[in-house]
Amino acid sequence: MSAAIRITQVSKCFGSVRALDHVDLEVQRGEFFGLLGPNGAGKTTLISALAGLVRADAGSLNVMGHDVQLDYRAARRLLGVVPQELVFDPFFTVRESLKIQSGYFGIRDNDNWIDEILENLGLTSKANANMRMLSGGMKRRVLVAQALVHRPPVIVLDEPTAGVDVELRQTLWAFIRRLNEAGHTIVLTTHYLEEAENLCNRIAMLKAGRVVALDTTAQLLRRFSTHCLRMRTDGAMPVELARDAAQNGGWWSLPFDAFDQVEPMLARIRAAGCRIDDLEIGKPDLEEVFVRVMQGQHEGQAG
Amino acid sequence: MGHGFSTLFYKEVLRFWKVASQTVGAPVLTALLYLLIFSHVLAGHVQVHGVVYTAFLIPGLVMMSVLQNAFANSSSSLIQSKVTGNIVFVLLPPISYLEFYLAYVLASVVRGLVVGAGVLLATFWFAPLDFAEPWWIVVFALMGGAILGSLGVIAGIWADKFDQLAAFQNFLIMPLTFLSGVFYSVHSLPPFWQQVSHWNPVFYMIDGFRHGFFGVSDASPWLSLAVVGSCLAVLTVFTLNLLKRGYKLRA
Repeated sequence: MSAAIRITQVSKCFGSVRALDHVDLEVQRGEFFGLLGPNGAGKTTLISALAGLVRADAGSLNVMGHDVQLDYRAARRLLGVVPQELVFDPFFTVRESLKIQSGYFGIRDNDNWIDEILENLGLTSKANANMRMLSGGMKRRVLVAQALVHRPPVIVLDEPTAGVDVELRQTLWAFIRRLNEAGHTIVLTTHYLEEAENLCNRIAMLKAGRVVALDTTAQLLRRFSTHCLRMRTDGAMPVELARDAAQNGGWWSLPFDAFDQVEPMLARIRAAGCRIDDLEIGKPDLEEVFVRVMQGQHEGQAG
Repeated sequence: MGHGFSTLFYKEVLRFWKVASQTVGAPVLTALLYLLIFSHVLAGHVQVHGVVYTAFLIPGLVMMSVLQNAFANSSSSLIQSKVTGNIVFVLLPPISYLEFYLAYVLASVVRGLVVGAGVLLATFWFAPLDFAEPWWIVVFALMGGAILGSLGVIAGIWADKFDQLAAFQNFLIMPLTFLSGVFYSVHSLPPFWQQVSHWNPVFYMIDGFRHGFFGVSDASPWLSLAVVGSCLAVLTVFTLNLLKRGYKLRA
C-alpha cells in the first residue's frame, strides 16, 4: 500500500532563496504527523508544492501513490488543505461556499455531509450568513470545512490555530482527532508546540528548507529532552549536583532520567544542609527539543 | 467537461448576478447616456449607409457593451480572487486548465450578452431597427464576447494589483473599442485613420455585428468572420498556454 504522502528529493527556489532543499519525507496512512519549524523554514512551501499551488524545481511529490503534477486530478481529490491565510469569498454565504467547493471536486448533492461538517465545527447557526458577516474565528472554521467537503483521506492543516480562541481550538482538535481515528491521515503545522506534542505521533522539523529532525514524538522527547527537578533553596547546591544543573534566578534545574534518581538527589541536598523553599518537576517537552534541534543545526553549519 | 467546470461557470455567473446593479444596470445606463447625447447632437446631420444615425449607433453601443463587460467580468473576478487570496479555492480542486479557461470565458460571454440585451431593450424605442441577417448578430456577439473574455483572463492573471489591471483596460481595451467605428463609419475618417482602423480587430467585431442588423457594412462580414475567428483562435491558444504553465497562478 502506498504511503499517504511521499516526498522525494524536493527542491524549490524563489529567486536566490532556497525554500526547499532536497526534502525527503514519508507520511504513512493513518498517521497524525507534525511539521514544525520557525517562520520561513519552508513548511508552507512544502504544503503548497503538495497541493499543486507551487511547482517544485526538482523531485517528486505523491499523495497516496498519485504524482501531484502528472496525476493531479487523483492527487487533489485525495487531499484536503486548510490554507494558512484567512481567505474567503465575500459574495457567498457559508452554505453556498461549501456547495460550490463540493462542486469543484465533482460532488453533487453533498448536503448531508455539509450539515455534518457544519455541526462538528459549530457552524450550523451560521450556515446562511454571508461570509463577510463572520468573525475571524468563524471564517477559520469555514476554511476548515471547505477543505473537508470532498472527504479527503489526507488532510493538511497549515497553522489552523494561529490567532484562534480556546473554544475553537478545542472544537477543532476534537473533530480532527475523530477524523484521524476514522482513518484520515492528518498533517499539521503549528507554532504551538504543546499542540503538536499532544496530537502528533510523529514529527518532522524543518529549518532553512531542510528536514533537520524526523522521528516519533516519544523518541524526539527522549533524545532531546529530559525530566528535570526544579527547586529554590536557601543555600548552595552540593558541587556534584551543581555540575549538571542550570541556575536561573534563585532556581536550580537538575536533569534526571528516571524517577528512582530523585530521592538520592533530595537526600544529598538535605545532607548539605539546604532547605528547599519551592519544588516542581518538569517533564520533557517539545519546546526544549525544538530549541535544541534548531541550535544544533546552527553549530553544524558553522563547523 | 465535468461537474467542476459547470460549478465554476455557475459560480462566475452567480458572482456578477449577485451585484447586478453594478455589473448589468450601470453599463446599460452608461450606454443609454451615450445614445442620448450623441443622437441628440448628431441625428439629423449624419446618415451612415443610408441609415439614420441613432439607428446606426445602437448596434455599435450594444456591441461595445458586450465587449467591455465580457472583459470586465473575467478580469475583475480573477484580480479580486488573487488580491484577496481566495483564488486557492479554485486552484486546490481537480479542475483542468481547459475547464478553468472555458468557465471564466463563458461566464464573461454570458455577462456580455446580458448587458448587450439590456442595452438593446433600453434603446429599442429610440429608433427603428432591422434584424436583416440575425445569424451574424449572434455569431459576432458570441465571438467578440469570447475574445474579450479571454483578454480579461490574460489581464486578470497578469496583473498583480488593481492599478495594473486599470492600465490594461485604459490603455488597451478602451482605445481599441472606441477607435473601432462604434460612433461612426470608418469610411468617414481620413485615409490614414481608415488604415489604422483596419488593423483593429474590434472594428471587425462591431462591423460584422452591425451587418446583422442592416445587411450593409464597411467590410464584408466574411472577412470580419475570418479576422475575428483568427483572433479568437490565437488568443485561446495563448491563454491556454499561460494557464497550462501556471503563469502567476502556480509559482
